[in-house]
Amino acid sequence: MNALPPALAGPRVASGAAGARSRLAAWLFCCLLVTLLLTGAGLIVGTSSLETSLGWLLAPDAQSSVVLWQIRLPRTVGAWFAGALLGLSGAIAQGVFRNPLAEPYLLGTASGAALGVAICLIAADASIGGLAWAGKLGVTGAACIGACAAITLTITLSRGVLQTASLLLAGIVVAFLLSAMTSLLLLTKPEIWRAMQTFLLGSTGFISWSSAILLAAVFCICIVPASLFARGLDALTLGEDTAQSLGLSLPALRVTLLGVISLGTAAAVGQIGIVGFVGLVAPHLVRETLSVNHRQLVIAAPLCGGALLQAADLVSRWIVRPEELPVGAVTACVGGAYLVILLWRRSRND
Amino acid sequence: MLPSITETVCALDACDRLIATDRFSDWPVQVRALPKAGGLVDAEIEMIVRLKPDLVFLGRSQQITSRLSELGISSFVLETRSYADIERSVTVIGQVLGLQDRAARLKDSIAHAVREVAWQAAPRSQRGGPTVYFEVDPGPYAAGTSSFIGELLAMLGAHNIVTADLGPFPKLNPEYVVRYDPQVIFISPAEAPHLKERPGWDRIRAVRERRLCSFAPDVRDTIVRPGPRVAEGMRSMADCLKREAP
Repeated sequence: MNALPPALAGPRVASGAAGARSRLAAWLFCCLLVTLLLTGAGLIVGTSSLETSLGWLLAPDAQSSVVLWQIRLPRTVGAWFAGALLGLSGAIAQGVFRNPLAEPYLLGTASGAALGVAICLIAADASIGGLAWAGKLGVTGAACIGACAAITLTITLSRGVLQTASLLLAGIVVAFLLSAMTSLLLLTKPEIWRAMQTFLLGSTGFISWSSAILLAAVFCICIVPASLFARGLDALTLGEDTAQSLGLSLPALRVTLLGVISLGTAAAVGQIGIVGFVGLVAPHLVRETLSVNHRQLVIAAPLCGGALLQAADLVSRWIVRPEELPVGAVTACVGGAYLVILLWRRSRND
Repeated sequence: MLPSITETVCALDACDRLIATDRFSDWPVQVRALPKAGGLVDAEIEMIVRLKPDLVFLGRSQQITSRLSELGISSFVLETRSYADIERSVTVIGQVLGLQDRAARLKDSIAHAVREVAWQAAPRSQRGGPTVYFEVDPGPYAAGTSSFIGELLAMLGAHNIVTADLGPFPKLNPEYVVRYDPQVIFISPAEAPHLKERPGWDRIRAVRERRLCSFAPDVRDTIVRPGPRVAEGMRSMADCLKREAP
């Protein structure tokens, strides 16, 4: 862990100085401003030219109203909440596992969701009697159930949530096992491959108002316990023994925060598929620019993650319009490049 | 190693020369009994070597082609993207099998059947056919004007909303379909009931008026496999267009 650059290490605990606090306030304000600008851009960017979109905004007809308010706005709002959930889950995962490379999919959620979707697509396509229920679930429901099943399996295998190492190991084992099962299913039914690829690379294209509201509700549910238990994560950075000697109840902390990660990730994966790097990069972007403790991080990381996914969504619909790039591919390119720059800069400074 | 190739070989009355097929080839019925040597991504090389074929017909797959050539097995790559490619494949397979005459007859009969279906649809196309959207997969991936499916739709007088410049099978931004408001949508039966749930799609004419064309798997095979049954698939599309956009 020592070899890792400081920006990839745990959060720097703020000194409590007024300067740091005002810097955080300015940062949060900027982030909100960027989000507002991106939301505005989300209304303009699509299959039409910018001039046409602006014309629609000024003088909408029946069809352009549908495009603007039923497609583009829920899509951009939903992308923000999905990004926020991934950012929040990433920040908590890095705190709970005390590992700067931890990310929301660590417990096998992504592989579980992918397997759920594969089963659903096959059942819907082939109308297999016993699996008809899976076809009716739809991709979203199947992904959510798959993600939850994977987490349950991971926790069962690691016999609870108290041992970090066995939890991580179980997560990796479950992820590999479920991915292998998905690959086997794909081999026997290659016609679902393209639909599967859409899910595996993430897509914000079909976010409706009901999806956006669901994501918003899950975000509200997750942010409360995350904020309440964030102080415990600060104590945990000093080591498990020290944290317990400070009166911290480790089991309660872990159960609650792993619950938040699971719920947040399952909801996001269910609605937009597997979008990598947002959960990993958002907390690092915050730490790179600010000195924050975990209470501040669980507010700042979702704001950052939301804006990141909104921006990636805009890029995915703009570059090859009226076609679309998978949003997960965009986040992977941008996030990967950012991590490389970060590592390079730190190694040069060292 | 492709269902469309298997179908072409059998349409040339050379089914008995096949010693194995890929696992998806299921027409005509007699090929179902043949050994299955996997698919294009997971070909069972060992089985192919054991069966000692004189030649392996396959789609583009660098990995399998080079492995087979290392093992001393000849292979022949066929790629079918456009309608012209279907005719070309028939000719090429005929030449390789030494059945040029049969291939020429088969090519003519396919072209004749396709022309006949197009001719029957001509009155409707002259009136100005419907605007259509053909969804291959719920990405949404569409069959564009330049794909062989798009070419057949054009012969039926339908106006594909996915223009040729977008390529044969582009992944679209879903709002594109809402903007171009097609009159008829070709969609898989599994996806058809869920169209209304897609944001804004309940306003599309085809969805509002339930002008949807969905086909059972065996019929769909005749549409999406670029082989000798292409006219049959085209007729199914024509029948649906006649029903949904008279």
